[in-house]
Amino acid sequence: MLKMTHLSKVYRTEVVETYALRDFNINVKEGEFVAVTGPSGSGKTTFLTIAGLLETFTGGEYHLDGVEVSNLNDNARSKIRNEKIGFIFQAFNLIPDLNVFDNVEVPLRYRGMKAAERKQRIMDALERVGLASRAKHYPAELSGGQQQRVAIARALAGSPRLLLADEPTGNLDTQMARGVMELLEEIHREGATIVMVTHDPELAARAQRNVHIIDGQVVDLAEDPRFHHAVHAARNNAPA
Amino acid sequence: MSGMFMHNLGLGAISLRRNPLLTALMIMSIGFGVAASMVTFAVFRAVSGDPIPQKSSQLFVPLIDNRGPQFNRHGEPPSALTYTDAMALMRAHRADRQTLLYPVSLSVMPGDSSKMPFKATGYATYGDFFPMFEAPFLYGNPWGSVEDESREAIVVISRSLNQKLFAGQNSVGRRITMDDRQYRVVGVMDNWDPKPRFYDLFDGNEFADPAQIYIPFTYAIDQKIETYGNNNCGSDGKRGDDRDSWLHGECVWVSPWVELNSASKVAAYRQFLDSYANDQRRAGRFNWAPNNRLRNVREWLDFLHAVPPESRISLSLALGFLLICLVNTIGLLLAKFMRRAPEIGVRRALGASRADIYRQFLAEAGMVGLAGGVLGLLLTGLGIWGVGLVFEPQIARLAHLDLSLVALTLLVAIAATVLAAFYPTWRAAQVQPAWQLKSN
Repeated sequence: MLKMTHLSKVYRTEVVETYALRDFNINVKEGEFVAVTGPSGSGKTTFLTIAGLLETFTGGEYHLDGVEVSNLNDNARSKIRNEKIGFIFQAFNLIPDLNVFDNVEVPLRYRGMKAAERKQRIMDALERVGLASRAKHYPAELSGGQQQRVAIARALAGSPRLLLADEPTGNLDTQMARGVMELLEEIHREGATIVMVTHDPELAARAQRNVHIIDGQVVDLAEDPRFHHAVHAARNNAPA
Repeated sequence: MSGMFMHNLGLGAISLRRNPLLTALMIMSIGFGVAASMVTFAVFRAVSGDPIPQKSSQLFVPLIDNRGPQFNRHGEPPSALTYTDAMALMRAHRADRQTLLYPVSLSVMPGDSSKMPFKATGYATYGDFFPMFEAPFLYGNPWGSVEDESREAIVVISRSLNQKLFAGQNSVGRRITMDDRQYRVVGVMDNWDPKPRFYDLFDGNEFADPAQIYIPFTYAIDQKIETYGNNNCGSDGKRGDDRDSWLHGECVWVSPWVELNSASKVAAYRQFLDSYANDQRRAGRFNWAPNNRLRNVREWLDFLHAVPPESRISLSLALGFLLICLVNTIGLLLAKFMRRAPEIGVRRALGASRADIYRQFLAEAGMVGLAGGVLGLLLTGLGIWGVGLVFEPQIARLAHLDLSLVALTLLVAIAATVLAAFYPTWRAAQVQPAWQLKSN
């Protein structure tokens, strides 16, 4: 589903070159739930923005759903983002001037979908996240957890092949975070491929597989003993 | 596509409501800029349009240099003809149609003796004047060559004079007393007042009040009716001792017009003018080579600078002001659009292409333009009402707000704003979604 080979991302200024990703390799299979972990500044979010075609890369190869994406133009990249990828951000990134219904509608509008189908999909997605009754509310009228559920509904409404989540519970309290995480697990059980960036070992423990990044490279989790132990501990404490 | 356009308009409306102050500033900037341009354009259009577009390339002013290089100005022959030359052209009859004219002003005696006499201005001319210039008739007809030759006391009057004298009734066959002479009305013209009045630029009547009377040139000469217009006797100033010597002297005061309906006829007429000048040279009247001109309506208007220079200057200034307003709008739109960089980032992440961002923000700019256009219309209306403060009254009254100016005002406002929005929109479309989302 998502395969990066020897991928690199370099930020260049006149005086310095900074490698955000270096010889980066990852292969996420269809239906997998992968947690990408690592300390702050390790390159997790850069990986996610490249995976989501929001940013170009400097070298290497990236195949998304079998398509090499490095030479695609803006229109083609936008179309893939719209049809195959769903984004969930830490800061929710809802558009404050639009109500819940209209926020969920945004990606469907760009797909050129007919109004009746849009409405059906929006209401289905809102039902799924338990917010159908809040369709006419504005983001400012919702709690953080509810806002993140709306963002998940927006990501799900287009039936994407791949969900990319960037610290989806980072701005939520424990109870709200648990609710969002359960929702993601449910979505995964229904067949979605999920790549979740997090620095929270408890969340990482709930994924099928962990990919750990340090200094822009994928490393064995054992190379970060503290994080490794924290993930193991979380797995052992998880309810059966 | 139209659904997305309407959706974008809706998003634009939401965005404009969010920053009412910024929105108001942009609308005012466009409104004032467009209004200033449209008011001055209304004046410019009124004074610079082709007054007879369907025939302006077939109507010509023939001019003959009767002064010679010693007395003419910058090598140009005088802007009218002597009576001698004018009559020679008429007798030769080399054009499809031809006329002469000079302004007259006569005292009209109302039929009701209790009313005071009043002055009526107009032209002494030939019957060809009316079909040449396509003057419309309400009642009756123009007179013809028979009446020209028989020097009849007849008159064509304007619609307004007919209203004044005959309460708007068909007055053909009725009689009018002017300067103690009785004239028979043969026709009543419908409203007709081409601006500039191209056929009488020599007398400076390009923006004068509409003419009220037209009488036969031949009759006017017989009756010794003086010109009410210019009489240019050149720098030597020899006017003559009496009317007869003035009439047959070298003073120019007759405006000639000919209609030539093909290029070959124009060429032939030029040859005829040269031939006539050579004849005069051989006869000892001219001692210089032929120096004639044959200008069509547009060339004639350009040559005599019929368009007042202040109308050009004010139009240029107003367009400069519009440009400043647009630059201001570019800055305001840039501030407005870039403030929405996070939203642009989200939209791009959710599948909006750069083209989608362009469409959304240009639609929003179009709405600003439309609102600016509506404000501009109101201000244009006010400006046209007050245009007399800047221009001469006779020019100011020509400017008016009609349907075409309304449409043009809205079109200019929308087009100018959308044009101004290109750079801010381009910047908006360049927003890197990754940076925006990371910074959130």
